[in-house]
Amino acid sequence: MSWESRFPRGRTAVVGAATYGLGECAGASALEMAAQAGYLALDDAGLSIADVDGLFVALPSDLLGGLAMAEYFGIQPSLVDNNRTGGSSFLCHAIHAALALDAGLIDVALITYGSNQRTASGKLVSALTGSPYEAPHGARMPVGGYALAAARHMHDFGTTKEDLAHVALAARGWAKLNPEAFRREDTTLEELLSTRIVSSPLSVSDCCLVTDGAAAVVMTRTDRAKSARRPVVPLLGGAASVTHKEIAAMPDLTVTGAAISGPRAMAAAGVSPADIGAVQLYDAFTINTVLFLEDLGFCPKGEGGRFVSSGAIAPGGALPVNTNGGGLSCNHPGMYGLFTMVEAVRQLRGEAGDRQVPGIDIALSHGNGGVLSSQATLVFGTEATV
Amino acid sequence: MEETLHAEKRFLALLADGSFWLQRDPATGLAVFPPRLRAPGHGGQLTEFQPVSGRGTIHAVTVQPNRPPKPARIIVLVDLDEGARMLSHMPDASPEDVAIGDPVVARIVTEGETPMVVFDPAP
Repeated sequence: MSWESRFPRGRTAVVGAATYGLGECAGASALEMAAQAGYLALDDAGLSIADVDGLFVALPSDLLGGLAMAEYFGIQPSLVDNNRTGGSSFLCHAIHAALALDAGLIDVALITYGSNQRTASGKLVSALTGSPYEAPHGARMPVGGYALAAARHMHDFGTTKEDLAHVALAARGWAKLNPEAFRREDTTLEELLSTRIVSSPLSVSDCCLVTDGAAAVVMTRTDRAKSARRPVVPLLGGAASVTHKEIAAMPDLTVTGAAISGPRAMAAAGVSPADIGAVQLYDAFTINTVLFLEDLGFCPKGEGGRFVSSGAIAPGGALPVNTNGGGLSCNHPGMYGLFTMVEAVRQLRGEAGDRQVPGIDIALSHGNGGVLSSQATLVFGTEATV
Repeated sequence: MEETLHAEKRFLALLADGSFWLQRDPATGLAVFPPRLRAPGHGGQLTEFQPVSGRGTIHAVTVQPNRPPKPARIIVLVDLDEGARMLSHMPDASPEDVAIGDPVVARIVTEGETPMVVFDPAP
């Protein structure tokens, strides 16, 4: 028995998806934003909050957000999952929801998130805390952890600042095609490379945005979804991996747990990287995109910098990556993982407008939590791929 | 009742006394950091705390600029000769003189309430 052979391939599906309040959403609390995204996703699915018996929640700073959310909705779900593996939480939620749905324990799962960090504090709201061994050193985290990984990747593989800037440039290229994106103005490689260093080698332009935003996804069993009003998006595979919490304990600074979760999720789905039409991954920092493309198998280890510099991931390239503009240019409300799922759903439904990838039938979402600590990968398809 | 100092407090108490000591995993012979009740990965017994040399090698470095006159913070991951990797900083080094692969030596300082191990370039 193995994860790959036991995962309920295609037996559960996303039937509703929504975003709300991307960019700035003054006057709303994080709880209200998550609630509104949840209502919109249920509207999209043609379902009501009264149908929800599985609730999956990780709010920015309310550790008991799952309880607050159930109370707000006025429901008493059979299953509340408050799993908090950072920005990967929501992809883990989808895996757990798939298992509970497939087992028949629940019928309708709602995964929802919201943050008002930009209008409320203007800073990244992070649940990351330092240990007594790390905190006294005064390192700015999480950026410092990613910067250490970037420095090591440059040392081992010759990756350059220009390579990293190409990740940000490609994200902006996609954001310009997405009316929902927060940063859509033109930029150049030179402009990106001239921004202030935050934690060498990473500059401001290597860091994700600080925005408000909310998202939600509704899942049911695929056989129950036939009456859905939108094209259903089956979950073909999913897997996760936690390798450490603090950056000093990362087994190898240049290899993330995506090298475990990615191949396992793709094996569960019965697909290989060549089958995937679009990749939505959590680009908290530009180095993430380089590391995850390598670890998920889209290019060899060490070649990620040269791969992104070739233009492969930008609009018009061979591998569409972060077609919404990603955390770097679309939105980043603290824990971004759920937005990788919503964008994969929109692409597979064919509702991505100017940024639509033609003929797509398989999309991959990848979430990251902590300092490259938690990795979770989902593979979505169309009904034809089940 | 007498308090039993568990691994975290024992390590910090040793540091406060000026001793940089770590447990070893008998299965590998390598030092373990952060300190633990049992060995990470397999749960076997660890040795008592024993001195380490304080010598190590920079595995990765990032420099975090501050508003002058506050100097930039040089954050490093150091591989100790005894095998453990730890996050630290180099308060007295110049950013341009610190690189991956450089040898460093440990020193104990207390800036706030908690003592910590920082590093200097090896002489």
